[in-house]
Amino acid sequence: MIINHPLLGPRDAAEFVYLGDASLINRPDGEQDGAAEAFYEYQYLRDNPAGLHEELWFHEQGDRSWLVVTRDTTTHEITEVRLARDVALERGRGA
Amino acid sequence: MRYSALRIIWEGLTGNKGWTPTWRDAEPKAEYDVVIVGGGGHGLATAYYLSKVYGITNVAVVEKGWIGGGNVGRNTTIIRSNYMLPGNEPFYEFSMQLWENLEQDFNYNAMVSQRGVLNLYHSDAQRDAYARRGNAMRMFGVDSELLDQDGVRKLYPKLNYDDARFPIQGGLYQPRGGTVRHDAVAWGYAKGASEHGVDIIQNCEVTGMVISAGKITGVQTSRGPIRAKKVAVCVAGSSSKVMSFAGLRLPIESHVLQAFVSEAMKPIIPGVITYGAGHFYLSQSDKGGLVFGGDIDGYNSYAQRGNLPVIEDVCEGGMSLMPSLGRVKVVRSWGGIMDMSMDGSPFIDKTSIDGLYFNGGWCYGGFKATPASGYCYAHLLARDEPHDVATEYRLDRFKRGAMIDEKGVGAQPNLH
Repeated sequence: MIINHPLLGPRDAAEFVYLGDASLINRPDGEQDGAAEAFYEYQYLRDNPAGLHEELWFHEQGDRSWLVVTRDTTTHEITEVRLARDVALERGRGA
Repeated sequence: MRYSALRIIWEGLTGNKGWTPTWRDAEPKAEYDVVIVGGGGHGLATAYYLSKVYGITNVAVVEKGWIGGGNVGRNTTIIRSNYMLPGNEPFYEFSMQLWENLEQDFNYNAMVSQRGVLNLYHSDAQRDAYARRGNAMRMFGVDSELLDQDGVRKLYPKLNYDDARFPIQGGLYQPRGGTVRHDAVAWGYAKGASEHGVDIIQNCEVTGMVISAGKITGVQTSRGPIRAKKVAVCVAGSSSKVMSFAGLRLPIESHVLQAFVSEAMKPIIPGVITYGAGHFYLSQSDKGGLVFGGDIDGYNSYAQRGNLPVIEDVCEGGMSLMPSLGRVKVVRSWGGIMDMSMDGSPFIDKTSIDGLYFNGGWCYGGFKATPASGYCYAHLLARDEPHDVATEYRLDRFKRGAMIDEKGVGAQPNLH
């Protein structure tokens, strides 16, 4: 697989380490009510779709940036790559 | 039909006109007591034990494609019971004991071959871990033997003992482990289940579940609706997809694991070797091809095929273990989809929906578990309580903090 890095251009997926579903960006608030349940779902449960999947890849053998890659799990086709930083800011995190 | 040597001779003398299909290809009926979703090894084994041991025969196995076309036809056929934790070892040993009597039990030649499984160690720390594992196995009454380098050399003289950066120090040996002809397991269980009255329905994809007031009453399929008192999902690899019909999210990611077979050669590998330090394992089929594999590719996939970096990694592992493999041609590679559970251990459990049962999360270890998985799932379906050796395989164990972290890796790719 080739991942089209937003800053560096097309790179071999072997340069990256995979983490998993990009919902891992949405870490729950430990202070909120029902935090234990929220953390259980965050840590252990997955949508695991057969189809388009937003997922986190880390460019370990490159610029060490985190990316959110949209990839079809039935074909491995990659349709969108963004910096995880931009995705996180868009979701209102890091403010 | 009953298979025997006499029968083969008789049929041979009479023009082979008496053979009938091994199992009955059924049409779906409107209603069953139990509908098993998934005609793989585990689903067919469940149907077999449900009908034979627990006397429930109004059962259908519905399969999207053809039986045995999924992971039971895609694995590397290894059986073993070399686990360590109390939640696991009795279950896998139960499975091993079922393997040992399987062919007589369902009257089908599954070529069960107890040729021995050897886990190599290459460091002091690995040796200590294997000594501990071997002792734990013995505590459960399972055979295990810790070999030093000479012991391994006697079994496998052609491995790389002297030039490696981390030479082989020894291995943990389970002589009762081995290999089984995987397709024959599906066919044998299908035969046994079919003879006890189970309907095996192929080309019948489940497309939805009928659930009202927290109770399941049937499934929608590509061949029409089927009503059922109980629905038993058994589709490892696609578990999340099928269970999403019931609105359930699982502690599972689907990953692709590749496997390989080489051209046929003279016998060189008498048993099964696993080389954990190099992410490689190897056996030789009865046809002579080397059957080998390594790690999962490490990203979510339903594609049943992997990518080249892992192929390269696996072949490098093989070369470092046995440099003479460098001249061997690989003739096929393929991928299977694994239910990677979050602690690396499976589930055989009821769900929050009345009448809906779940079996999955087998990671890359489902094949060896086939008989016990079917037996315990049948027990759960018949009695509504877990079998004695499968009490820990619960869906809520992460919430309770009761993980079975045999290897402590689960779906997390960079921990493998």
